[in-house]
Amino acid sequence: MITREPEFYTPALNTRGQFGRFGLIICRNAGLALLVLWEALLDLRFVFSKRSRPMVLGQFYIVGIKSLGVITVVGMFTGMILALQTGLELRKFGQEVNIGAAVMITMLREMGPFMTAMILSASVGSAMAAELGTMVVSEEIAALEVMSIPPVRFLVMPRLAAMMVMTPLLTFYACMLGVFGGAIVGNTQLGVSFNAYFDNAIRWAVNKDLYIGLFKAFIFGIMITIISCHQGFSTTEGAVGVGRATRRSVIISFLSLLIVGYIITRLLYE
Amino acid sequence: MIRFERVTKYFGEKKVLENVDFAVAPGETFVIVGFSGAGKSVTLKHMIRLLTPDYGKVYVGGEVISQASGRELQKLRERFGVLFQGAALLEWMSVGENVGLPLREKTNMSEHDIRRRVNERLEQVNLSHVYDLSPSELSGGMRKRVGLARALVMNPDIILYDEPTSGLDPVTSRSIDQLIERMRNELKVTNVVVTHDLFSALAIGTRIAMIHNGRILEISTPSEFIRSQNEIVKNFLDSQYITKRGKWEAQINETQEN
Repeated sequence: MITREPEFYTPALNTRGQFGRFGLIICRNAGLALLVLWEALLDLRFVFSKRSRPMVLGQFYIVGIKSLGVITVVGMFTGMILALQTGLELRKFGQEVNIGAAVMITMLREMGPFMTAMILSASVGSAMAAELGTMVVSEEIAALEVMSIPPVRFLVMPRLAAMMVMTPLLTFYACMLGVFGGAIVGNTQLGVSFNAYFDNAIRWAVNKDLYIGLFKAFIFGIMITIISCHQGFSTTEGAVGVGRATRRSVIISFLSLLIVGYIITRLLYE
Repeated sequence: MIRFERVTKYFGEKKVLENVDFAVAPGETFVIVGFSGAGKSVTLKHMIRLLTPDYGKVYVGGEVISQASGRELQKLRERFGVLFQGAALLEWMSVGENVGLPLREKTNMSEHDIRRRVNERLEQVNLSHVYDLSPSELSGGMRKRVGLARALVMNPDIILYDEPTSGLDPVTSRSIDQLIERMRNELKVTNVVVTHDLFSALAIGTRIAMIHNGRILEISTPSEFIRSQNEIVKNFLDSQYITKRGKWEAQINETQEN
């Protein structure tokens, strides 16, 4: 049941009590978010059903097509900045031809998934939290539950499916644009020919970089969805609460992306 | 039909319901009135298990909804239609899609049959022309009527109304009252109405329960209610200028005769 009883806490007596309570609230929220994730993963079996199709396609459109413009600009300029910064330093050693590898590897391993996830978290994730939060406040979620329509299947599953598929695809797109942007900077400002740039990029980057980057993006997509939906569902106190849920969803997503991104890198690049 | 058995509910340390005991008979319009914060909506939410009592039980047709879960709870909830205070329409769907939502999600009816049923329900609430409109294009009264059409679409036994006339002008409020009355007469449903609009309560209620500070103060018929000797009830009646008891008695008798 998503509609929850109002929560009341008696004031903590001292600082230790306040820390303890803070810890308990974090654990409780993490547990509730994991329950939403579990239910949504089970509900993925309905992703191709006739009932869910309009919602799922709608979310694919919002996550994929509507984010394309921002991803294009951010992906390309990230690659261009990377190429320029590394190229200027490498030129001191006459190694500017190596910007191809530097841009390709950095984009695939870190910048591609991370920048894409940041954009999706700020645009799509915050919208999810605000939308679901508004639905909680206006009793639409309660109405769904009373009509015996599970809110997680109806609202979270389509968003999760779209983010699981579109985040890796958008990441790949951002990486390719970044590499292309780097090639333009290399050619126009550092005097590295396109052939030399791409030869160098392909020689040093390996398939593992691509796979791990896409895997990260996949995990980031799931995290953004669950954090944002959980924050939306936890909204209380009207319009102020919706604003708070939206802000929290972005902050928690950003922090989680950084921490989980590091953990995945640490585990897979030993 | 619905029975509260010594229901007590706390929000933190505050007792919001205390030993609430009442039963709603099939086919009646049971109206719960009271001042803001008295516990009316909390009572209503217990009926559909959006809240769970800390003590006591809530029965729906002999089954304990306050302890039900999973499929059992779903089946019990399918007996209800609920009109929420703000109508709770999904804003990204058209009116027709909103009303047809439970049919699309819970039944295997064809699109043609769904459209026919939705149109029937919209006609029942006098809104046959709004199928393709968006909820944002509707007035407050129209939204409530669409909410009522959605509540009716699965043919429930019981309809719950949470402040059905709040925020509406007197003319629209009376038209909503007439609709509630019509639902009971035509569809033989049981109505439970939560309101602080006494005009509404006296016009449509078969019995009125006054709740104050989480306790039921009085349950009586409208004609008994306006003659109540309870000071809080009298104060509540006076606060809405229902002082000419004779006039109201005549109107209540007329409604009941009809």
